[in-house]
Amino acid sequence: MSAESATLPVGTIVHGHGAESSHGSHHGSGHGHDPNVAHQFDDAAQQHESVLLGMWSFLATEVLFFGGLFCAYLVYRTTSPLAFTLASQHLNVILGAVNTGVLLVSSLFIALAVRESQLGNGKRVNLYLLGTILLGAVFLLIKGYEWTTDYHEGLIPFAKNFQIPEHNLDEMAHNATPAGRFKLFWVLYFFMTGLHGIHVIIGLVMFGIVMYVVKKRTQTGKSYSNLVEVTGLYWHFVDIVWVFLYPLMYLIHPITGGGGHH
Amino acid sequence: MSTHVHSSSTAHSVAPNSSSDEPLNYLTNGHTVKSWLLTLDHKRIALLYLAGVVFFFLVGGVMASVIRMELMTPGGDVLYSPDAYNRVFTVHGVVMIFFFLVPSVPGVLGNFLLPLMIGARDLAFPKLNLLSWYIYIFGGVSALLIVLLGGIDTGWTFYAPFSTTFSNSLVVPAAIAVFITGFSSILTGLNFVVTTHTMRAPGMTWGRLPLFVWAIYATSLIMVLGTPVLAVAIALIGVERAFGVGIFDPALGGDPILFQHLFWFYSHPAVYIMLLPGMGVINEIIPCFARRPIFGYKAMAGAMLGIAVLGFVVWGHHMFVSGQSMYAGLVFSFLTFFVAVPSGIKVFNWTSTMYKGSVNFDTPMLYAIAFIGLFTIGGVTGLMLASLGVDVHLHDTYFVVAHFHYVMVGGTVTAFLGGMHFWWPKMTGRMYPEIWGKLSAIVVFIGFNLTFFPQFLLGYLGMPRRYYEYPGEFQVLNVLSSAGASILAFGFLMPIVYFALSLKFSPKAGPNPWRATGLEWETSSPPPTENFASTPVITTEPYNYSPEDSERAPWDPFGSTTPEEVAHVG
Repeated sequence: MSAESATLPVGTIVHGHGAESSHGSHHGSGHGHDPNVAHQFDDAAQQHESVLLGMWSFLATEVLFFGGLFCAYLVYRTTSPLAFTLASQHLNVILGAVNTGVLLVSSLFIALAVRESQLGNGKRVNLYLLGTILLGAVFLLIKGYEWTTDYHEGLIPFAKNFQIPEHNLDEMAHNATPAGRFKLFWVLYFFMTGLHGIHVIIGLVMFGIVMYVVKKRTQTGKSYSNLVEVTGLYWHFVDIVWVFLYPLMYLIHPITGGGGHH
Repeated sequence: MSTHVHSSSTAHSVAPNSSSDEPLNYLTNGHTVKSWLLTLDHKRIALLYLAGVVFFFLVGGVMASVIRMELMTPGGDVLYSPDAYNRVFTVHGVVMIFFFLVPSVPGVLGNFLLPLMIGARDLAFPKLNLLSWYIYIFGGVSALLIVLLGGIDTGWTFYAPFSTTFSNSLVVPAAIAVFITGFSSILTGLNFVVTTHTMRAPGMTWGRLPLFVWAIYATSLIMVLGTPVLAVAIALIGVERAFGVGIFDPALGGDPILFQHLFWFYSHPAVYIMLLPGMGVINEIIPCFARRPIFGYKAMAGAMLGIAVLGFVVWGHHMFVSGQSMYAGLVFSFLTFFVAVPSGIKVFNWTSTMYKGSVNFDTPMLYAIAFIGLFTIGGVTGLMLASLGVDVHLHDTYFVVAHFHYVMVGGTVTAFLGGMHFWWPKMTGRMYPEIWGKLSAIVVFIGFNLTFFPQFLLGYLGMPRRYYEYPGEFQVLNVLSSAGASILAFGFLMPIVYFALSLKFSPKAGPNPWRATGLEWETSSPPPTENFASTPVITTEPYNYSPEDSERAPWDPFGSTTPEEVAHVG
């Protein structure tokens, strides 16, 4: 290997540039750099690979973030199955199922939006994104309705009116289950669905911004498909978290869940 | 092998000693405050991190000094109450761990070197990188405000139910500050993982990555996978305390052991977040100053990944005496001994690299050798603590304190200082004064051992950690430790002073004063904003050193020969 080989220009040649241009994230087109590619990348393929891997890494973080909570859930449900079964029976299975459907359809919309973004149909992308935002809003409305009902039934552990229903207390006392675990179910339920709800809200705000960017870039002819794809990945994750939350929270069967104590 | 030496003279077009017509480097490319605070250049962000970690190191160091002053006498006389003492050691722990050790090597050296070492123009996500720094500073400043407003007394471990129910200090704000700072770590880790995967220059295969990059990569994996669990644990502490619901408090139906599990699931791997980058630094220094290729490259890279993976399955060894099941204790003890295997591989390979090398004892090498010795002591005492029976005796004593300071200070801080000396010429374009450098390495080594070795004895004799007063028979060892701490403090202040002075008074460094291999030495010192004049192509294996070659050429990084002459030697 000669000394020259170490300095051979490969791919895009980096130009020496002054103070101003080094602070922008994009080179001007005068530099011969693809305006769709940020300055640190050589080409669009490298950029695409990087942003996707970035989002996947972020989702790995998210999995562990929720993982800690699922772990807490697992510990308390295993040690106090009866309390969890009794608490779960206060949840509305039908509304939960409807919400699951709502999110799954929204994920389909996102998948279609990603497809359209790769084909360059900005208008259709925004149509599907709008659909996702609406479905996400429906999800939040249903969730809000459920939470309001829970509040009136005195099931929100962070509220002053929290009270364990009399018949649940009796049954737990009969089976030597600590009543604190009934409350713990609700702490975990609201913490986890609340955290999930925050993710939904972040997603909806993001899609609003993405719609704006797509509209802008459709006019200027710049690429937006990476943006739609990574936000779409995020949304699929939010959807999948709910797919785990729904059965764990709503579908604790009275017999398999708390049978051991009857 | 001298390929890199040759290319270093051609790769940079800058004559290091030319004055006004010098092309812009990353330091001279923009002088406004805005050009620093809004920079997207990984090298400038590295210097921003340097400012941050030095500041927090000094804050944590002042707290350490107060602790050592208090412990000079058996009675409580420096601080007015045990409660104040609790707050001081908590600040020391929180600041040193979350705001110094975790960001130190990755934030400063990782940021600066990762793109240079793999031949990239920058990290994959420069804006995210800047955001990480701001989150870090925001978290750190919040933590300091909390201290000023009354502090927190739970120790850095936030154990429930003390933290959730009994503590009268600012637990919730402190929890929020740590939670926020975690995102800085996550984003940095994410950025480094992606950069290592997608930004490598042509020819920079995984098998040719410098081991520092492997270290940073392994660290980043832990940051991405571990930090969120700490975030959740801390968030649950906040919720429990704010709303009085029993997640961890047994009186309310919770389980305090669960908190410890969640906490240590992050915080044990976090030990490796702090240590692995330091190991990465040593991997670079030893071959360069022994003039030999690293011994067992693949084993070294594999060992660091192994440590990262095994680090996730040993957390229970912090909980042998806290009510965890005995069988879990057995398994965790067994797994913990396994971590010694990759750690041992590293220590043996470093020493094998030096064997029959042509060793130069410049400052970075002195720090590196100190690292090997101190880390070995820290590691082996860790195995003592991992033995179930021994741990019952030593748990929560000064033995534990000494053990982790040998790993964290003797290991990480020593490596950080070694790395700063090694790459200072690259970062600033100036050498540092070698005599002072050597002196600092020696003072730090002596001061460190005098501070922490007596603590092994104290712990073995039964002095518990986190106590404000102690029986009179422990005083001699405590006075020794405090005396050592003042020497150590002096040793740490020396580099800060002479590094600062070197910016003005030291001779300029050539592109490659150490005649080291590695892409970062093939660009000028300091590097231009875009790092390389053109994208480099890598055709050689890493660590192409040869002891014979170096014996023919004079080793003179500091002085009489000019950088051009050095570059043409061989």
